[in-house]
Amino acid sequence: MNIYISFIYLLSAIGFIIGLKYMANPLKSKLGNQVSASAMAIAIIATIYWYITSDTIPNGVLVVALLLFGTFIGKYLSQKYAITQMPELISLFNAFGGLCAMIIGINESLIQDASHFGIVDKLILLLGVVLGAASFTGSIIAYYKLSGKMKLGINSRIYAISTLIFILILPLIHFLQPLQFNFLMLSIAVAALALVYGTLFAIPVGGADMPVLISILNAVTGVATALSGIIFESTIMLLGGILVGSTGILLTMQMCKAMNRSLKTVLIGSIKMANTTSESNVEQNIQSISSPETATLLAFSKNIAIIPGFGMAVAQAQKECFEIQKRLEDNGAKVSYIIHPVAGRMPGHMNVLLAEANIDYKDIVDMEEVNHNMQDFDATIIIGANDVVNPAAEEDENSIIFGMPIIKAYNSKQVIVLKRSMASGYSGAVNTLFDRSNCRLLFGDAKNSLQQILEELKRI
Amino acid sequence: MMESFYLSQIDGVYVIALSIFIGIEVIKNVPAVLHTPLMSGANAISGIIVIGGIIQLLTTPLSNIPATIIASLAVVIGIINVSGGFFVTHRMLAMFSKPKKK
Repeated sequence: MNIYISFIYLLSAIGFIIGLKYMANPLKSKLGNQVSASAMAIAIIATIYWYITSDTIPNGVLVVALLLFGTFIGKYLSQKYAITQMPELISLFNAFGGLCAMIIGINESLIQDASHFGIVDKLILLLGVVLGAASFTGSIIAYYKLSGKMKLGINSRIYAISTLIFILILPLIHFLQPLQFNFLMLSIAVAALALVYGTLFAIPVGGADMPVLISILNAVTGVATALSGIIFESTIMLLGGILVGSTGILLTMQMCKAMNRSLKTVLIGSIKMANTTSESNVEQNIQSISSPETATLLAFSKNIAIIPGFGMAVAQAQKECFEIQKRLEDNGAKVSYIIHPVAGRMPGHMNVLLAEANIDYKDIVDMEEVNHNMQDFDATIIIGANDVVNPAAEEDENSIIFGMPIIKAYNSKQVIVLKRSMASGYSGAVNTLFDRSNCRLLFGDAKNSLQQILEELKRI
Repeated sequence: MMESFYLSQIDGVYVIALSIFIGIEVIKNVPAVLHTPLMSGANAISGIIVIGGIIQLLTTPLSNIPATIIASLAVVIGIINVSGGFFVTHRMLAMFSKPKKK
């Protein structure tokens, strides 16, 4: 009988792999997600079926009820958040995954008699609990940082390391037994410390590095899952977890590469963060522009670039972008959207938003494609992007973002920056683009400004 | 062996080593557009941890109240991760495949 369940698990594993493979392809990604979801469903159903038919414990109805209840909550949460808040939502879901790994680990040490586990099993279980717990609190911090409820970064690195040392010492005490305490207490204590560790680990990570943090935590949850898979001797959990872990780490490295930062600098970025606060008082020589002037300028431009950033997401201005694009194209101009690999709060964040506004995939170009001939653009409109166009990344060695590849917007003939205020970008660095002679600032809410520009364009 | 799907240790090591390679191969060269949905989808897959909770709940008698409560909690939290993850990925991807131009 068991062989059939193994076979279903195998099918489900293949489903995950095909699902991930398809997800990496723009044309098949939607199908890929459905394949993964189905693979998950059959794995869950097979597990329930197997245990219900082979054990006498009649919890089947309870399990199904809990699953339906949780599915309902998950669906509700996934619809409740605006599309601009996707990164927050992903870290929230990841927090749930981590929490689940933690309590399953603790519960396992509660259910099983301590003699059931060998020392290796115990260590694997503890590691799973630690990773789950750290991923949980880390993701919660990331959630709050992304939603802007928490912007402060204190350098808690030293406390984090001390916590980590405690986490390592506790099992030693348990196993070498200078002090007697049982395994359940050990796993609870370790979990509690790991919760603290996760918090301290995530707090100093700088705002702009948030996507990297989420990606790391995602991989960590994957590894925690895989470790639980070893404890439960479940191939599908093991395989699923490892897949998530390895894709997560690869994704993290790709993102670091896009930002030209090493993982190490991301994780110790805090120290630099603290120093930039004084920098933001620097006087800047800026020139402002009005909406009608902007409209006139655009009406006479033939080749226009739009660089969206997180500000566009906040202002929900993507539909206005599309309206303006249509208007300008009717005038015979060419409009392209240039997306920085880490624009917004997460790679691909801007693409999702522009897709929501029906903007054609073909009008969106990557930074590398156009960066060498930015001077061809008569006008570049920057909507709520800041750090990704900041020339300080190329010029100022002391800048926190130095070395990050940027869109060379300063090379285009005229740059217009739509901005709410003179506040600095997410990284806190001063944007030296605003000092340039070809750069003008249009203050106000991006959505309002774009609407005004659109009205003016209709009049011209 | 036919009677069980339990792993021998070396089988486990095989699964781990091969899965790492598959994971890396599969998402190599992903366009940046798909990074966010992919992360979200992978996150949903890591929710397979819920199976651990299900196993606990189905192998623990109800009389063990603390363990039952904790396992129930784990099942709910885990499935929120799974369903929420897949639904939100679907929502994001649905925007890419929306019919363009009217």
